[in-house]
Amino acid sequence: MTKTYFEVIRPGINSTFQDMGRNNLYHIGIPFSGAMDNRNYILSNRLVGNDLESPVLEFAYQGPLLRYQGNKINIAITGDVNFTIKRNENLINGRCYESFILEHDDELDILSTNKSVYGYLAFGGKLDLEYQWSSYSVNTKANIGSNNGKKLETNQRINISFINKNLNNKKLNYINTKIENIRIIKGTNYDYFSEEGKNIFLNKEFYVSKLSDRMGMRLDGPKIENIVDTNIKSEGLIKGVIQVPADGNPIIMLSDHGTIGGYPKIGVVISADYDKLVQLAPGTKIKFKEVDLASAEALFKLYELETQNLISQI
Amino acid sequence: MIKNISNLGDAALYCDFGKEINKETNIQVIKYFKGIQKENIEGINNLTPSYNKLIISFDLRKKNFKDLKKQIENLEIDESESLKNKKVKVPVSCDESFSLDIKRLEEKLKIKRDVIYERFFNKEFFCYMTGFIAGMPFLGDLDKGMRVKRLETPRVKVPKGSIGLTEQFANIYTYESPGGWNIIGNTPLNIFDGAKEVEPNLINPGDTVIFNEISLSEYKSYND
Repeated sequence: MTKTYFEVIRPGINSTFQDMGRNNLYHIGIPFSGAMDNRNYILSNRLVGNDLESPVLEFAYQGPLLRYQGNKINIAITGDVNFTIKRNENLINGRCYESFILEHDDELDILSTNKSVYGYLAFGGKLDLEYQWSSYSVNTKANIGSNNGKKLETNQRINISFINKNLNNKKLNYINTKIENIRIIKGTNYDYFSEEGKNIFLNKEFYVSKLSDRMGMRLDGPKIENIVDTNIKSEGLIKGVIQVPADGNPIIMLSDHGTIGGYPKIGVVISADYDKLVQLAPGTKIKFKEVDLASAEALFKLYELETQNLISQI
Repeated sequence: MIKNISNLGDAALYCDFGKEINKETNIQVIKYFKGIQKENIEGINNLTPSYNKLIISFDLRKKNFKDLKKQIENLEIDESESLKNKKVKVPVSCDESFSLDIKRLEEKLKIKRDVIYERFFNKEFFCYMTGFIAGMPFLGDLDKGMRVKRLETPRVKVPKGSIGLTEQFANIYTYESPGGWNIIGNTPLNIFDGAKEVEPNLINPGDTVIFNEISLSEYKSYND
């Protein structure tokens, strides 16, 4: 039995272990999964001195309340998150993008994400988890991945099998910027939509619906009219695809999406904007802006450079 | 032959094999899928074959659309070689407790259930693709007189093992999931086993599937 663990007093709304996701399984119906906001995931690992692709705990809206049992360990939280550490009777206010040392009996309370959706908690060490198909990522819909494919539950333990020796404080000066303009490339069924429909798609405002999760983001707003066919023969999907079903409300495929689908694709969110997209909370305004493939590729290179730059500052 | 390759976003190739949905087209898709899989091309994340399309998604850190497109176009895929496949027998109980939509089918098709089942069990099905949910096979083709649309309102929960019909296809719900197909029976056979690291799904694209009827008692003792 391991003696180093976190006791889950409150699990949070949707707390799951995530890493880089799993490849090469779309053809049998298993989605990519992985951390929704890849940049914040990687940064959390860096802040506690882990390999960048180690599993972390992802939480949405409200995170867990955890009590720690063991020797001193580093933790770090990324995103835009309010959290506190309770030590004896003292309350320490946590700061994102900075490592904190936890001691035996400390309570880590991840209260909420601030006007965003996902946050990441990295543990300085190795989590005692099983992986499935070369990834720890949990898909709760299909019960795939570590923790029996389930989200965190009350009274369970998060066991730590190894603590990183280096407990130096690490931090990063970084503010998560938000964007409401999401850049897209035209989809393969762009011409299924009426001139007015296309105009609405590229010029009007939509709002992120409450019916959004790790599988998809639904949008409310003006209806996008289809003039060809509201169904296509089922075919593969990738994350970022924007499908428009018969009701005219767009749905954006996110990391746990079904691998095939039969609704026309009006657009695809560019890779450079994906991390920012997933952080848009229900009720947030969203506008689409069209770019061409060359621009999308250049923007991704830039985004990657920024990420590498942030990593090197830690 | 791939008729056209375009981009789906900035990190996927959209390979179109033609408008027609038939076995011949789908076999080409599957041959390309298997051929590309064998090449182990650096940077490819996923291959998703469907009726007449193949989507190749890649890691934009390692590849770009133009280069990968050229690489795929220059691949020599042997299209003449016959597809290696296997035959899978799937036992099905059509007990009243499982055949949730048989009445609907009788009404829509205007044929009696005995005839529906006779046609269904006498058919050899071809697996066009697997997916939507893990391991779910899309099997065709049902005779013209056996084709119905999806339920107007999909079920929130379709039981695991359910056999569904829609348009020219039959499928098997590999685990409990929402769905709108017309359910005519249930199999005790585990079609998808998540505990298996290799080949977790029993039925793969290109395989042949034959359903055979079993009684409720055979169903109940099947996994003993």
